Amino acid sequence: MVDKVYRRLNDQVEKSGYHLNPDVEFTKDLVRGLLANEQRYGYWSCPCRLSANNLEEDLDIVCPCYYRDPDLNDYGACYCALYVSDEVIRGERRVESIPERRPPKAQRDAERAEEKKRAEMMESMEFTEKLSKPVWRCKVCGYLCAMDEPPGVCPICKARKERFEHFM
Amino acid sequence: MDVSTLDKEKGNHISGIDRGKVVMYGLSTCVWCNKTKKLLTDLGVDFDFIYVDKLEGEEENQAVDEVRRFNPSTSFPTTVINGEKAIVGFKEREIREALGF
Repeated sequence: MVDKVYRRLNDQVEKSGYHLNPDVEFTKDLVRGLLANEQRYGYWSCPCRLSANNLEEDLDIVCPCYYRDPDLNDYGACYCALYVSDEVIRGERRVESIPERRPPKAQRDAERAEEKKRAEMMESMEFTEKLSKPVWRCKVCGYLCAMDEPPGVCPICKARKERFEHFM
Repeated sequence: MDVSTLDKEKGNHISGIDRGKVVMYGLSTCVWCNKTKKLLTDLGVDFDFIYVDKLEGEEENQAVDEVRRFNPSTSFPTTVINGEKAIVGFKEREIREALGF
């Protein structure tokens, strides 16, 4: 099971231009963690973060998380080190335990409330009506598309519909 | 938190050389946490570990509060030494030094 999921994930990740950690045993341990979390919570909660057992609260840490790309840029690896940068693949940078970028719970709760307000405001704002279509942003990889609704799956990083925000 | 009251899969005491009170808060699925636990085991020090993801309800809240006191971002692993110094993440050199190796 772990081998199969690992291979499938690796194929998909390489196709979209990302890389899994080349330390295969390390990476398979993380895949085991993701599968355990799928069993426990019903989604791929980051194996290195404490899940709230609530998808809405954990949407930012469903793998791949919202913090992956900035961490790849700054540290060459995501927080759990499932994903690594080109530099790491080329052997120019070493993977190590990195600081947590995810804000503390109180701040996340405040930001979610703020975002909800913003989304409601956008619905009613006039400039949205001047665009022929609303623009949706994938919060995992930044992909933008102008459609009546966000796509079911991000064509770039395969993140699901619920991880898109109404961007403009 | 007294680990002797927990089921062994949730947390346990590992006997070894006394280098003070060492408590590692981790997640059972986290590779960095398990590397930290292995380092402490290999060093042979006396320590407690707590897998916070295995806890529920009051026990989980208590453990999260303990971690937050030392590490406001409540990330794992957090290794607390003598209730005063906390090492956040798998920081091998820092952990070795703090324990006198």
